[in-house]
Amino acid sequence: MSLVEENDYGTPAVKSATTVTLTIDGEAVTVPAGTSIMRAAAEMGTKVPKLCATDSVKAFGSCRMCLVEVEGRPGTPASCTTPVADGMQVRTQTERLKRLRRGMMELYISDHPLDCLTCGANGDCELQDMAGAVGLREVRYGYEGENHTHMEKDRSNPYFDYDPSKCIVCSRCVRACEETQGTFALTIEGRGFDSRVSPGAHEDFLSSECVSCGACVQACPTATLIEKSIVEIGQPEHSVVTTCAYCGVGCSFKAEMRGDELVRMVPFKDGKANRGHSCVKGRFAWGYATHKDRILKPMVRARITDPWQEVSWEEAFAHVAKEFRRIQGQYGKEAVGGITSSRCTNEETYLVQKMIRAGFGNNNVDTCARVCHSPTGYGLKTAFGTSAGTQDFDSVEETDVVIVIGANPTDGHPVFASRLKKRLRQGARLIVIDPRRIDLVKSAHVEADYHLPLRPGTNVAVVTALAHVVVTEGLVDEQFVRDFCDWSEFEDWAAFVSDPRHAPEAVEKLTGVPAASIRGAARLFATGGNGAIYYGLGVTEHSQGTTTVMAIANLALATGNLGRPGVGVNPLRGQNNVQGSCDMGSFPHEFPGYRHVSDDATREIFEKLWGVPLSNEPGLRIPNMFDAALDGSFKGLYVQGEDIVQSDPDTKHVTAGLSAMECVVVHDLFLNETANYAHVFLPGSTFLEKDGTFTNAERRINRVRKVMAPKNGYADWEVTQKLAQAMGMAMTYGHPSEIMDEIAATTPSFAGVSYEKLEEAGSVQWPCNEKAPDGTPVMHIGGFARGKGKFVITEYVPTDEKTGPRFPLLLTTGRILSQYNVGAQTRRTANTAWHPEDLLEMHPHDAENRGLKEGDWARLQSRAGETTLRVKVTDRVAPGVVYTTFHHPLTQANVITTDYSDWATNCPEYKVTAVQVAPSNGPSDWQEHYREHTELSRRIAVPEQAAE
Amino acid sequence: MTARDSIDLERLGAIIAAHGHMPGPTLPTLHAIQEAFGFIPEAAIQMIADAENRSRAEIHGVVTFYHDFRQAPAGRHVVKVCRAEACQAMGGEAVAKRISSRLGLDFGETAADGGVTLENVYCLGLCATAPSAMVDERLCGRLTPDKAERIVAETLS
Repeated sequence: MSLVEENDYGTPAVKSATTVTLTIDGEAVTVPAGTSIMRAAAEMGTKVPKLCATDSVKAFGSCRMCLVEVEGRPGTPASCTTPVADGMQVRTQTERLKRLRRGMMELYISDHPLDCLTCGANGDCELQDMAGAVGLREVRYGYEGENHTHMEKDRSNPYFDYDPSKCIVCSRCVRACEETQGTFALTIEGRGFDSRVSPGAHEDFLSSECVSCGACVQACPTATLIEKSIVEIGQPEHSVVTTCAYCGVGCSFKAEMRGDELVRMVPFKDGKANRGHSCVKGRFAWGYATHKDRILKPMVRARITDPWQEVSWEEAFAHVAKEFRRIQGQYGKEAVGGITSSRCTNEETYLVQKMIRAGFGNNNVDTCARVCHSPTGYGLKTAFGTSAGTQDFDSVEETDVVIVIGANPTDGHPVFASRLKKRLRQGARLIVIDPRRIDLVKSAHVEADYHLPLRPGTNVAVVTALAHVVVTEGLVDEQFVRDFCDWSEFEDWAAFVSDPRHAPEAVEKLTGVPAASIRGAARLFATGGNGAIYYGLGVTEHSQGTTTVMAIANLALATGNLGRPGVGVNPLRGQNNVQGSCDMGSFPHEFPGYRHVSDDATREIFEKLWGVPLSNEPGLRIPNMFDAALDGSFKGLYVQGEDIVQSDPDTKHVTAGLSAMECVVVHDLFLNETANYAHVFLPGSTFLEKDGTFTNAERRINRVRKVMAPKNGYADWEVTQKLAQAMGMAMTYGHPSEIMDEIAATTPSFAGVSYEKLEEAGSVQWPCNEKAPDGTPVMHIGGFARGKGKFVITEYVPTDEKTGPRFPLLLTTGRILSQYNVGAQTRRTANTAWHPEDLLEMHPHDAENRGLKEGDWARLQSRAGETTLRVKVTDRVAPGVVYTTFHHPLTQANVITTDYSDWATNCPEYKVTAVQVAPSNGPSDWQEHYREHTELSRRIAVPEQAAE
Repeated sequence: MTARDSIDLERLGAIIAAHGHMPGPTLPTLHAIQEAFGFIPEAAIQMIADAENRSRAEIHGVVTFYHDFRQAPAGRHVVKVCRAEACQAMGGEAVAKRISSRLGLDFGETAADGGVTLENVYCLGLCATAPSAMVDERLCGRLTPDKAERIVAETLS
């Protein structure tokens, strides 16, 4: 194995219908018009020396290394900034050019520390390479003159160092921060000799506006910005392309290795979701994989208050099999079930549901998508016929008006946010519908045309009011509706939304959104060209989550914004494989490919292959499992890679349910919060330790590749397989590719997918089958999967969770950039530098009324429970609304959230809880109780005791 | 109390707001602030960034690019000595050295008592009368070290 090398063409690719032919060093080359001479040369394999150019950012023309001669033109133009022209004759190497380049290089090197042998970038330094390329042999100026080599390093960022003494002021980092990331956190301060890169206003990196995405480090040609891990370990010797295991963007990375040690993760330019960009999590926050907290040996215990006893894998599998069979014998076949994980691979998820359906003999399988995007699956299947987003991420490059509703992409989906911001800087218009003033509403070079700061829980009313304006003001794309939808269904819907009670003026009081804003936003969306809707959990996690998804679909249908690039309905899926886990049959009512368990033809396919009869009755959903446990009818649960105690709503109900079970098996990397209620712990493996595939939010199936052996001994799919074998199933896959072959053979939308195909294409978007052998970037072109697009009546029904005298505020929850979900991984990385605790955001007015100041401890109370956390006073939230994150188990924000859920899918109403906030001087009773239980439950018996 | 503590934020905000309607408001805003305060207070960076929807880094880049934008208040008097080619050729360096030693300041420094700031300037457009300097608003040509010292002493007295 060797390092995966990527060509740097110097300047970005140009899209153009016309081509230009020129000769470079006597050789003819044809490129799109507008291409730079540098890129044209690179495409034919000729490297023009360069320092300030790299193909992720626009040409800058400052380093003067890439000079060329053009026949018939005076001087020596920079090849990066000079576009090609027909018939142009370019020479890249002449005596004059050699002399110029060598002279420039002498100047650079006269102000550069000559410590190459001990420098972190040794072996991966473009300055070093260029000194070699231009044949630098002496520096006539000497090294004694005034220089920058004494400048101090800035080591404040936990992941990379900034060493200004090595800076050649090429501005690549500044341009990457602006063009690639869109944060504008860097500048060149001073001028002339004083010019130096400055984060913020002469701040250190950590306290500046920097979001630590790594784009600057990636762009730096020297060791000026360099990963601390490279400084500590040295240069990698081989690399493997794999997929990030954080959010649903699904970025491709090169895992750069030294032996089996991960040196760094570098975003892969050919990654079609991220196009060479990354965020702080995927790029840097992978240290959890080797964290000391990882549990590497299986453990069992009789009671959840006993210390854990380490056992062999065989003992653990035998124990679980015996317990589950005992429970089924005692309480019935339906008394056990399992939960698949959106953090695991498609293949692993498929195996878990297969074990449950074929081995446990019931359909008691559910997945964490229950608590996030189950309404997306249901709503989009109803409207369009497929439970998935309609576009690829590239589509954003062709969009003209964007609605972002209930999503905070700069924190939750940062790499997509960067692509969106790039499009906004090019002039696309933006409508943000969110109770909170998220960064997209206003931040450097981004400003929403409309922000509709709605009251939490009123999504349906707002989206229906938008539709009201579209219909009553005659802005419907009638041709589209006539061509692709059922006209009479549309007429019914149009009559419904036209009712005056849905007018923006009528709902203004209810939603808190000025009617003029809704009217303006609706007109802009309907008339502004390609309109795309991006949404997140702020849409789904409501009692009317599914209704809002369908209201969004209605709006897209009515405005004709489907079936081509630049438009569409785009759920920003939360977890790396939440799309995949849903596709793989994780729901209790659906087989892989969203086929209902009552469908005889589908059941027959699997019965034939698996050799067992399968139940035609949907099984239990996650919340029903807890209810059934408390009823005494559900006693055994296998949880793969999900921390339900921290992530699911109404924590006390969850823990009561788990406590009522007789065998809870947790399969995870760490002793998570759920493990506090488990009887068996099976160590899990990280995404670095296994082969498989993740499916991202754009239905893209990306390969996950093993770069090191599982530290716990087995990849997760092997653990499930061995458990299934212990339960008597004949499961004998030799490699995850064989599981994918089975998926392809049984699931029509995956029929064309195989590891060979993925190897060849890099990635593929389902449906991938005979009709679409190369996959489907944009769905519903020329018609919908279900036939006609369906308009659904979306009656607004207020949630039962209401504010009143006892609980006068509305709590809504969300995420922050540096932490991921329950934080099991990111809390075990240096990302805690940015977010060490969950804070309660509160409007100054509400804070003052309660005598609370910035940083005070506050008691947050709902009818479900109470917790304490510190206050952040901010006008990002409206008066009457408070906001927090749930990344930290100490806070346990979900003690507060209630058991209300979506009417169609039971997706919990995380986003609306009536609460009261008061000053506090200590942890709540629940926090004390939980801490005591955790201390007791996390004990691991020392081996001597285990032997006794 | 330092100059930084005593910044009238309301006045600063009003100046920034008054320029908000202009296309490319950054430079006019900075000029107006320097006019009012004698320098660009640190607090102005974030306030301008917010007003123009740009980053702190960008505003900082502009402020530091132009030598004439001060990041700290100048002394009561400002002495600018031309260090450009023509003045150097006519003996300007000796003038510069004398002024520097008379004031006990390096170029770019302000006296501890806030009395005077010594600065370089690169061309006053008075090459015909080099070496030149500018003391407060007064332009001085055909300087010799002695003449320069006398002018500076008169100004400070």
